[in-house]
Amino acid sequence: MSEHLSALIVVLPLLAAPVCLLLRQTRMVRAWTSIVAWACLCMALTLLERVHTGGVITYAMGGWDPPLGIEYRLDALNAYLLVIVTAIASVVFPSGVILTDTSLPEGKAHLYFAALLLCLAGLLGITSTGDLFNVFVFVEITSLSSYTLISLGKNRQALTAAFSYLVMGTIGGTFLLVGIGFLYQVTGTLNMNDLALRLPELLGSRTILAGFAFLMVGGSIKLAVFPLHQWLPNAYTHAPAAVSAFIAATATKVSYYLLARIIFTVFGAAFVFDALHLHWLLMPLAIAAMFAGSLAAVFQTDLKRLLAYSSIAQIGYMTLGLCMASETGLTGGIVHLFNHALMKGGLFLAVACVVMRTGSSSVNAISGLGRKMPLTMAAIVVGGLSLIGVPGTAGFISKWYLVVGALERGWYAVSVLILLSSLIAVVYVWRLVETAFFGVPEHEVCEVPWTSWLPTWILIGATLVFGIWTDVTVGGASAAARALLGVTP
Amino acid sequence: MSIKPPMRMREKVLLRVASKAFIPLILLFALYVQFHGDFGPGGGFQAGVIFAAGFVLFGLIFGLEALQQVVPWSIVERAVALGLLVYGGVGVSCILRGGRFLDYGVLDHHSPMHGQHLGILIIELGVGLTVAATMLAIFYAMAGRGRA
Amino acid sequence: MEALGIWNYWGVVLLMMIGLYTVIARDHLVKKLIGLGIFQVAVILFYVSMGKVTGGTAPIIPEGADGSEVYSNPLPHVLMLTAIVVGVATLAVGLALVIRIREAYGTVEEDELQRQNRAGS
Repeated sequence: MSEHLSALIVVLPLLAAPVCLLLRQTRMVRAWTSIVAWACLCMALTLLERVHTGGVITYAMGGWDPPLGIEYRLDALNAYLLVIVTAIASVVFPSGVILTDTSLPEGKAHLYFAALLLCLAGLLGITSTGDLFNVFVFVEITSLSSYTLISLGKNRQALTAAFSYLVMGTIGGTFLLVGIGFLYQVTGTLNMNDLALRLPELLGSRTILAGFAFLMVGGSIKLAVFPLHQWLPNAYTHAPAAVSAFIAATATKVSYYLLARIIFTVFGAAFVFDALHLHWLLMPLAIAAMFAGSLAAVFQTDLKRLLAYSSIAQIGYMTLGLCMASETGLTGGIVHLFNHALMKGGLFLAVACVVMRTGSSSVNAISGLGRKMPLTMAAIVVGGLSLIGVPGTAGFISKWYLVVGALERGWYAVSVLILLSSLIAVVYVWRLVETAFFGVPEHEVCEVPWTSWLPTWILIGATLVFGIWTDVTVGGASAAARALLGVTP
Repeated sequence: MSIKPPMRMREKVLLRVASKAFIPLILLFALYVQFHGDFGPGGGFQAGVIFAAGFVLFGLIFGLEALQQVVPWSIVERAVALGLLVYGGVGVSCILRGGRFLDYGVLDHHSPMHGQHLGILIIELGVGLTVAATMLAIFYAMAGRGRA
Repeated sequence: MEALGIWNYWGVVLLMMIGLYTVIARDHLVKKLIGLGIFQVAVILFYVSMGKVTGGTAPIIPEGADGSEVYSNPLPHVLMLTAIVVGVATLAVGLALVIRIREAYGTVEEDELQRQNRAGS
């Protein structure tokens, strides 16, 4: 069985979703969803361990060998991403806030969990597959299930947010499809590794250039690179809080992986950065995202919207790591994927706890809650410190690598800008601390039950652990960066 | 002077008789497309849509309530799940029999050719079931909205 | 003149632009979805025309084939089967959202929706 793990990790959640429709009772479906997520986490950890000891794992679907058949191909980067996605899923799915602030009709909760599992399956599929068209299919599975999940938010604005995301997401997905078509037209293959072998002699072709442009734009819409981020704040704000936690922590990470895979594995850093100078386009956008996102976050009155804008800024940091195209820079970007998934997942879960008790996600809702809900508020503070990048938290580690990466490339101004934009994060995090601990309580509430605060603290606690003990995160990320750059260890 | 309410479709003899004649033919054609998919154009996707079209026609003529008595929502929902599970079940049973996921060749150890045939037949059945049920589910969801 | 010879691509580009323009310029949500549909159909046509091989026939090996036949490339067609399904699913989700938006807001015009959203928040 064990050689089938790389296929089973995608197949399991995909087939677990229809089982939800057969189980129907909310309690059983919840237990089932959690068990599936945990099983996926175990598989992902096994796969990561195996990739680190035994090298790349390939799996030919249906026994058809690549490049003709669909190949699932796991290297250090995919396996690392699989662990991030499944870890977040296995914490968020069982949490007590999973149904908070949804507008589900009576007796329809099983459909919600089916959509969550489909979303997980899609994300794992994008990450594992080595076939470009298969990527498109899984991108659409993920997107369609996330439109549904977002539209289930409590307010009616969730519907319009989901609709605009649907329009943007479909355009992004179709752009990916056009790009894939151009590449297939010239090379006659859809397998990413085969493409990497065939592309170098064709790079002058205008069709390839157009295909590359379409893939980049499509991927950037999905990743919400500034200025293509317009769909993100509304979607994260109005989605149910647990859905925001899951999607914010995983979907953008997987889109980042997709961009990195296309740039480094399919086209090669030499073509993208030395010939096309893509970093002169991406870097200003990344820096603009860092500042615009953080500044916009300062002025938000809604907790979820604040976190969403901060996500845009964090996506900027990750994109910056991509632009550096050096081992340190990429390590910084990839380790930030992991750390940001932990802190954003934890923060959104904490907000879900607030919504559970107060029924509102506005910043005023947490006024004076420092005494009433100490665990939740402490989670928000620690997560906020990690967003700033205070030493001792995971956020510090990733920013450290990014700054070192910038210095290595001689981009001194960039490293200063990274530090400056972190200072803006201090402002919005301090606002939360001030409201929570020095404000006057508006609500008579008590702490949430352990099923809700424990998942929050697992993620937030992990940011503290991985802020000090970095062997696993940084080790895995640098192995992933080496795999991307094609350096043999 | 009272305005006569518009005639309902089931009250029109021509529609009623014609649809009664057509629906069995549509369903039969769907089955043909389903099982002939091995040798010619066709397969589960097309067959599922045609099959569902027969039911949708019934629903249009005789009303949504009548259709929901024939195929209740709970059956539709289970059929969507069941079709997918048939598909996945074939894939997983390929693994259990020592092949790769969806490697139909191993389904029959004596003749891989026959195994391939068997595999694609069952897979297409699953696809057909899911597609037909999904089409009906979409029809129910959209047509039934605003009535309850 | 060479550029005019690839008329199928001109058609695809034209359809894509029509679709994209409809998505951007129309306020009515259903019209936006129709635009999105045209946009996707353009890509489907692009793939299908890509699979055409001049003089090629349907890729089914006839009896007594001697290997000299030219076949069209079937792969793009198969890929588009999936893309069509994706398009149908997107349309279904989009229309379902439109129905719920209509129930919640009483309108499907985007400027009116934005006005109500602003007034509500």
